[in-house]
Amino acid sequence: MRLSGAKAVVEALKDEKVEVIFGIPGGSTIPFYDALYECLEGGDLRHILARHEQCAAHMADGYARAKGIPGVCTATSGPGATNLVTGIAVAHMDSSPVVAITGQVSRSLIGKDAFQEADIVGIATPITKYAFQITKASEIPDTVRAAFMLANTNRKGPVLLDIPKDVFYEEVDYMEAEKVRIGGYVIKSGEPHPYSIKRAVGLMLESERPLIIAGGGVVASNAMAELVRLAELMPAPVATTLMGKGAIPEIHPLSLGMMGMHGRGEANMAAEEADLLIAVGMRFNDRTVGSMEKFGENAKIIHIDIDPAEIGKNLGVDVPIVADARKALAALANRLIEMGIKKKENEWSKRIAELKEKYSEFYNSDEGKGSLIPKRIMKILRSCIPDRSIVTTGVGQNQMWAALHFQVLEPRTFITSGGLGAMGFGFPASLGAKVACPDRPVFNIDGDGSFLMTEQDLATAVVENIPTVTLVMDNRVLGMVRQWQCMFCDKRYSETDLGKVPDFAKLAEAYGAEGIRVETYSELETAIRRSVGAEVPIVIDVPVSRDEKVLPMVPPGKTLREVVWFG
Amino acid sequence: MAEYELRIISALVEDRPGVLFKVTSLIRRRGFNIATITVGSTEKDKISRITITTRGNPAVVEQLVKQLSKIPEVLKISELDPDDSAFRELALIKVSAVESLKRSDILNYINIFRARVIDVSKDSLVIEVVGQPKKIQAFLDLMKGFGIIEMAKTGIVALSRGAKSTSVSDPTAK
Repeated sequence: MRLSGAKAVVEALKDEKVEVIFGIPGGSTIPFYDALYECLEGGDLRHILARHEQCAAHMADGYARAKGIPGVCTATSGPGATNLVTGIAVAHMDSSPVVAITGQVSRSLIGKDAFQEADIVGIATPITKYAFQITKASEIPDTVRAAFMLANTNRKGPVLLDIPKDVFYEEVDYMEAEKVRIGGYVIKSGEPHPYSIKRAVGLMLESERPLIIAGGGVVASNAMAELVRLAELMPAPVATTLMGKGAIPEIHPLSLGMMGMHGRGEANMAAEEADLLIAVGMRFNDRTVGSMEKFGENAKIIHIDIDPAEIGKNLGVDVPIVADARKALAALANRLIEMGIKKKENEWSKRIAELKEKYSEFYNSDEGKGSLIPKRIMKILRSCIPDRSIVTTGVGQNQMWAALHFQVLEPRTFITSGGLGAMGFGFPASLGAKVACPDRPVFNIDGDGSFLMTEQDLATAVVENIPTVTLVMDNRVLGMVRQWQCMFCDKRYSETDLGKVPDFAKLAEAYGAEGIRVETYSELETAIRRSVGAEVPIVIDVPVSRDEKVLPMVPPGKTLREVVWFG
Repeated sequence: MAEYELRIISALVEDRPGVLFKVTSLIRRRGFNIATITVGSTEKDKISRITITTRGNPAVVEQLVKQLSKIPEVLKISELDPDDSAFRELALIKVSAVESLKRSDILNYINIFRARVIDVSKDSLVIEVVGQPKKIQAFLDLMKGFGIIEMAKTGIVALSRGAKSTSVSDPTAK
């Protein structure tokens, strides 16, 4: 099949079973969009025209996380490509399979500082698993296949494909690529080594107070069933990282919720009191462990991760298991069963129950500032939407309120920028998730500061008919920074007051979406219930007090015991 | 900060555009300090050897090796034991040598260190010295007394001794 480079890219994407591309065309990608034209008309592919390339990248990421397959975004050379960078960095930090296709100036112009030229391969190399520049059309089939293979195997992550404009015009004999090889990259089986499983089980049998810490890797490897099975067998309570929310249903009796800087009391205290930590698909991030030096000093640690470079990176461990989370958890459970371990109620179960009881009063209380309290808002949202609804978040207080008080019941239904913490992520990610799962309600819990960074893509939501619901936690401040200023800077609120923010309901209406402002819990409840099956994008403006904090909080660098409950 | 022993990392990489950039970019981004880095061809086509030396602590070096091995073009990477490997560096040193008395002193040292004079002019000599970093440093210390005009070093290249090797038979092996 004799094709132009541009058509070859489109064919190669179809060979990868791509259904949706999020992007914005530009000078260098005109031939690519020309090749897309018939496909889009024929319905072979869907293109979502974003209003900002950053949003296109976040949409592809939200799509990837909701569906568990690679998401694809595209932008033109120069500013289009650089606008993708934040989105690519988010995907990199959260190990999400995103394939970004960028146009580049023609080969003869590369290096000449041509119009709209940027060295995107150089820029993206540190924030991708791999950044390719295609130098001739004949490389297209293999390179596209390689990009998807890299993005979606082992530890997943973003891959960039940079294609010069004249390569799109160059002709190529197109044949679907076979298996490709990229250097020494090997797709791992993910099977744990039997010896490491044996050693890990040895520690598990000795342990009196085990705790499982589940990270994003558990969600990425679809290991919920295996995690719950192991936790029930031992039995061991399960704390999660922010990225691990959804690894276990948070109403499960063994679930302790999120641990870390803004973690729940029972999760943090369990981590402090445990004599064995089984860390799965997580990287001992500073936000999760508090003090790197002191975390886990009284416990043995088993660390399961698919990426060998994570072992020992942040914390020394006793038993490393380099494996896929699902396979490792299954192997541990199977070995326990082979050995005939009977679960028993023990002191540790009692202690966990005691901790849960101790902190429940704090979580259940409705005390707070202002008429609408964030934790109650989160609980109302949970009670009004189906279990399988997907929730995305912005970054900041809104994100931590959601993490603390919104119970996630199914995997891949909580999508947040955990590693990079990129404000503006929630709304475009919600659009990507909705495109991936059109039959599920999708709610974006956002802050006013976060939402204002990407709200222009309400235009996309309206035009492309992607009905997600955004709850704007509207406190007219950059709340998380303000909270730190309050607690650590002697209330010197330097540049965190947004002053006057737009009327979010009217803003939504200006775009052709629906806007609702609520003042009471019952109005909030009505608005949410009405939004569940809505066919237009909705923005619900939820006023909250600027003095409402995210609590409890472990001050940075402190141990998880040194938690502050009142600020 | 404590000064650690010299550690040598040897990597075989695919000879493709951008590989050295990826290696050095990763070293910079992860905040590793390196003493020297050299790149050159090997006995195999399209495979280069990168030799990195560092004085990082063992855990840091292990992490560096793990991170570098994630670059797909890095086909094989290992740390060499300095006691069990041959490693050499080459230095070119231009030394001021106007007086004949000085000149003969310098030539004496050159003999002792098995260095070579590779350029002679009225006022100076260019000397080539090859050896382990300690030997080169000792020679440099001596030359300082005569006045070093300029100097260039290659960085270290290394191979493990005896039968052990960092080599790739199958390019997919890692």
